[in-house]
Amino acid sequence: MAEAASRSSVPLIDMRNISIAFGGIRAVDDASVDLHAGEVLALLGHNGAGKSTLIKILSGAYKRDAGQIFVNGEEAVINNPRDAKKYGIETIYQTLALADNVDAAANLFLGRELMTRWNTLDDVAMEAEARKVMGRLNPRFQRFKEPVIKLSGGQRQSVAIARAILFNARILIMDEPTAALGPQETAQVGELVRQLKADGIGIFLISHDIHDVFELADRVCVMKNGQVVGTASTQDVTQDEVLGMIILGKCPPGAIPGPGALKIAA
Amino acid sequence: MSDATSATTADRAREAELGPLARFLKATELDIRMLGMLGALVLIWTVLHFLSGGLFLTPRNLWNLSVQTSSVAIMATGMVLVIVLRNIDLSVGSMEGFVGMVMGVLQAQILIRVFGFSLGEPWIWVIALGCGILTGLIIGALHGFIIAYLEVPAFIVTLGGLLIWRGAAWWVTSGQTVAPLDATFQLMGGGPMGSIGAGWSWAVAVAGCLGVAFLMLNGRSQRKRFRFPLRPVWAEVLLGGVACAAILGAVWVANSYPWPVGIVRRYAEARGVEVPEGGLFIAHGIAIPVLMAVAVGIVMTFVTNRTRFGRYVFAIGGNPEAANLAGINTRWVTMKVFMIMGVLVAISAAISSARLNAATNALGTLDELLVIAAAVIGGTSLAGGAGTIIGAMLGALLMQSLQSGMVLLGIDSPLQNIVVGAVLVIAVWLDTVYRKRV
Ligand SMILES: Nc1ncnc2c1ncn2[C@@H]1O[C@H](COP(=O)(O)OP(=O)(O)OP(=O)(O)O)[C@@H](O)[C@H]1O
Ligand SMILES: [Mg+2]
Repeated sequence: MAEAASRSSVPLIDMRNISIAFGGIRAVDDASVDLHAGEVLALLGHNGAGKSTLIKILSGAYKRDAGQIFVNGEEAVINNPRDAKKYGIETIYQTLALADNVDAAANLFLGRELMTRWNTLDDVAMEAEARKVMGRLNPRFQRFKEPVIKLSGGQRQSVAIARAILFNARILIMDEPTAALGPQETAQVGELVRQLKADGIGIFLISHDIHDVFELADRVCVMKNGQVVGTASTQDVTQDEVLGMIILGKCPPGAIPGPGALKIAA
Repeated sequence: MSDATSATTADRAREAELGPLARFLKATELDIRMLGMLGALVLIWTVLHFLSGGLFLTPRNLWNLSVQTSSVAIMATGMVLVIVLRNIDLSVGSMEGFVGMVMGVLQAQILIRVFGFSLGEPWIWVIALGCGILTGLIIGALHGFIIAYLEVPAFIVTLGGLLIWRGAAWWVTSGQTVAPLDATFQLMGGGPMGSIGAGWSWAVAVAGCLGVAFLMLNGRSQRKRFRFPLRPVWAEVLLGGVACAAILGAVWVANSYPWPVGIVRRYAEARGVEVPEGGLFIAHGIAIPVLMAVAVGIVMTFVTNRTRFGRYVFAIGGNPEAANLAGINTRWVTMKVFMIMGVLVAISAAISSARLNAATNALGTLDELLVIAAAVIGGTSLAGGAGTIIGAMLGALLMQSLQSGMVLLGIDSPLQNIVVGAVLVIAVWLDTVYRKRV
């Protein structure tokens, strides 16, 4: 139903025929995905399938070899992370991408610092904002003054998530955002995803947890060896069928097959 | 509000488990590294004082030490940024020689012969220094461009620079020394005339103390704005008191060092003043190069701690990829750091050539090693991402103390080198041990 509504409108993000190769490896091969406002699209696939590479092209971290990106129906020029942020694309990277030697507040505002009247860093204001947003994610977190290298893996992940939601993103990319989180913190992120969705934000969610994906996502897109196996609404496929897509590349009847779908089965 | 209160209670709870020393450190927010360095400095000074039979801790020696330190200290502040950024600059000594030659030839020859300035005209030093700084900026920009945009490793680019600029310094005059320098320019080298005298020195001290008080009050009011936990008042008073005492003490030392008798006599004659029976006591006060070094230290501390640029330098040093993904223009930041380094080298070149009253093509030979050593002893991590300006300046003071102390003891230069080299290695080893434990 959400799908029917969004289908009629212009997609928030439309990535068409994206390809990139590293040396001889075709990490992403002619992949197309789209994402609508208020939608969660889960990207699934085996290790090395090309999920992170695909979204890093969207976030400006990599330059694609071929393909086009449309934001709200207009072709977007994304050559570096700054460009992507201008389109309201925020990313939680799998590697977290934190500056380990500075504290949580400095990381949250890295590249977009709050300044005082005299154009100097307003550290207290940043710490106050940091406390607010971290309170939403991980209320027990108190170590605002320490370099993030001293934090636990999950605390670091909370910092990376907080950074992405701090600046009113329109498109949020989450690359395995809960991999290091405890059950309570994971639940909090799930709650956050639902809130953001309700606010009309489009979310790419990369996860290996099929159960979580079916809880949160509206659609799934499965990749294999850099190609898209197929895209399906979570209502039209079962968890086992999605597992079949991931492992065998077999596209079930409820899904729209992509270039990577197993040909003989069809 | 609730955030701040819960933070305070959590901090309190943790505080109760700490011992008295740890509690003291927490309350004062002092850095153990910095304390260790100050301790090492005090130790070295005391030992040298006794070994030299009471010659080291005299106003005369300390004043000279301050002047000798300023040139390396200024460059060390720039080297901190370079090393924090995971780069290195091996060319600073050669650049110093080249820029010194450019300024020397400009003021002693070109401005006089080509542009018809008469000797001693007040604009000469301004033009010479300005052109020197511009030269340093351009050389730094060139280094930075090759490193950041052409992606040649800094080690190689500045190793090339080490050879190129030393050679270029020779080419400016085909190896001839340029002397004497402009009389006003010379003031940057210190000496009786190149010092600001007792009155102005006290004025600087008072301004410094007011500055300390302002910074502390400002910090408190900022934290109050968001109701963050404050440092206990006793800790603030203690820290402020120690800082003010250090400033006043240093100025008192500089003001206790009188002009030599001969210069006093000439000065008195020139002004037609009668020199009284016991001689006239005219204090040196703070030397101009020291004042310049302090000013550079303040500006660079501000830049690293309070500006976006400084924050980016540290973030890039901590994780270049993350900084790039956060949208920071890492190449431009890198280029700017090398430009700053070039400007600081030019200022140091002015000071050291003024002190010599000559520009020679050997000026600043091996300074790159002293500068890097000062930064590293001062706690700058060669792995990048960590370092402080004040630490590097203290590191420069420590190195210079050792060196001039050994000169005072009559130790010959091969042994001096051995000691300085050993101290560098030991200092960095201690630092490594310290970092592992914290
Ligand atoms: N910077 C790079 N240089 C060279 N090869 C790369 C680079 N980044 C990714 N690859 C290759 O591209 C392929 C896709 O990698 P990618 O990180 O996108 O996989 P993924 O689907 O995110 O896997 P995972 O589930 O393990 O995170 C892999 O074969 C990987 O080796
Ligand atoms: Mg990945």
